[in-house]
Amino acid sequence: MTAEINGPKTSLLQKPWRLWFTQIRNIVVLETRRNLFSWRSWWVYFLAFAPAAIILIHAIFDRGHGRMEEDTLVMAGIFQFYYLRLGIFFGCLGIAMRLIRGEMVERSLHYYLLAPVQREVLLLAKFFAGTVRSIVLFGGAVLASFLLMYAPYGSAGQQFMADAGRSQLYAYLGITVLACMGYGAIFLLFSMLMKNPTPAALILMAFEFISSVLPPFIQRFSIAANLRHLLPVSIPAEGIFNLLTVATEPVPVWAAVVGVFVLTAAVLVLSCFRMRVLEISYTTE
Amino acid sequence: MNGEIIFDEVSKFYGEVLGVNRVSLSLPTGITSLVGPNGSGKTTLMNLMTGLIRPTHGSVSVMGLNPSNAHEFFRAVGYCTQFDSFPRGITGWDFVYDGLRLHGMNHKQAADLSVEALTRVNLGEAAHRKIAGYSKGMRQKARLAQAIAHHPSVLVLDEPLNGLDPMARAESLALFYELGKQGMHVVISSHVLEEVDRISDRVVLMTGGYVIAVGNIHQVRQEVREKPMQILVRCGNPEVLASKIFELDHCVEAKLHADGAGVFVRTRDVDQFYTVINRIVSEGTVKIEAISPADDDANAIYQYLIGSDGGMV
Repeated sequence: MTAEINGPKTSLLQKPWRLWFTQIRNIVVLETRRNLFSWRSWWVYFLAFAPAAIILIHAIFDRGHGRMEEDTLVMAGIFQFYYLRLGIFFGCLGIAMRLIRGEMVERSLHYYLLAPVQREVLLLAKFFAGTVRSIVLFGGAVLASFLLMYAPYGSAGQQFMADAGRSQLYAYLGITVLACMGYGAIFLLFSMLMKNPTPAALILMAFEFISSVLPPFIQRFSIAANLRHLLPVSIPAEGIFNLLTVATEPVPVWAAVVGVFVLTAAVLVLSCFRMRVLEISYTTE
Repeated sequence: MNGEIIFDEVSKFYGEVLGVNRVSLSLPTGITSLVGPNGSGKTTLMNLMTGLIRPTHGSVSVMGLNPSNAHEFFRAVGYCTQFDSFPRGITGWDFVYDGLRLHGMNHKQAADLSVEALTRVNLGEAAHRKIAGYSKGMRQKARLAQAIAHHPSVLVLDEPLNGLDPMARAESLALFYELGKQGMHVVISSHVLEEVDRISDRVVLMTGGYVIAVGNIHQVRQEVREKPMQILVRCGNPEVLASKIFELDHCVEAKLHADGAGVFVRTRDVDQFYTVINRIVSEGTVKIEAISPADDDANAIYQYLIGSDGGMV
């Protein structure tokens, strides 16, 4: 009396890719519907959109006093020092912590574990759901910040957007996607390994800060170090920026992108092993 | 495919705390009740069966399937846990429907089965309300609907009668009985011993992480040799019967019923007792109206074996 279920039969030679894809899609839709907008995550929205709000206020009250070249550096600074190092970092921490650990705290993870979904498929679906959410929030916030930064310049701003601005915007959005993927995967693993992943996240943050002065081989294990090579605008190392910007050996764009993908994949593989042996022990949580 | 649920020398320790120890069971289809006080290991056994936890030692197999093959396993198994928590902000409909979509079903399949399951547990009218606004009994029904929605072959129910009103209890028990009769495995843990007693094909008595007795209620009762069995004999002249009973070696007690129309007998050998009763009937000295075991139920067995009142667990 088992119900008829869509999906190809499993065999050694032919894995049920269509079923897995359907399950991942359904879980991503489910998670997005439940969690994309939630009052509990107000601080993540604040992290994402605070710069856009400040730029908007600036655009309203300081109209016509800025220079586009300066604002391009300001935008580069906001992205590099705020979004990349703080906003996306902690935003992904908050989002990824909810994916598995949050459901254990709320005692609802067993509903997924009792579904006919391979645990690895569940983990990947959760990762994609979290990544989609962080990309929507931070990608949207970066886009809003960028547009608000150049909107006050009128036709000159439009011209910039049609020219160099567009490639800068694409670069920022691309970096945002990669950062959400990389940090999302790492924090997802952290959240499965420890009840409170925040201390580990702070250690990772310190590592990310100092990664540029570490040997090139070790830099390969840093999301920030890889993404630094993709930044479209270099910030002059003057004043306080001198402490935060370190000239490193140039790395081809493709190598940096592949580096983040490989890092993400490696972390996800480790997460799959962890997920495989995960037990529900709500009473000890 | 092996049709049994098999625990082979299964032990589970939570650190140094014992969950269950060296459990070996082989459960055929039908209704099996897990009975035991809090902390006896009932939920641990169910969680082991469904892969939510892994055995420290030994192995579990459900109809030849293993939870590591989640796709095959959870198409065959439905588990109604006792965790009274749900994903935030969802309705009863979402809860059942979303679960079915995870099976890979399309919208129509999932919707049809959701309607069927929610109707079956009488939650159809409230299905589109938020679960956060449900009573405890309604939440229990929602979990039950989700567990049975995909038509599993094995249904695991952890305290499924908790929070239900008498009418809902009766409906649920009737549903479990019907599913058991259809050839499903229905594994129930419950504190309401008298109710599960009525529908169970067999009981598994547990205490302190150990299985102490397995079988149908009557078999288990027979195995409790050291405790005399109590039988109520309804008859016209109980004093005469009581005097005859005192002559029997295996009868340790004969007590008149409060209404004066029967005798409570405690015997160590029930088969021998029934033989003697037949002889008394044939002699015609006592007119026997009815004979029934007075403690041949799960509650009494529970008291004998575990030493606490099953109704109070």
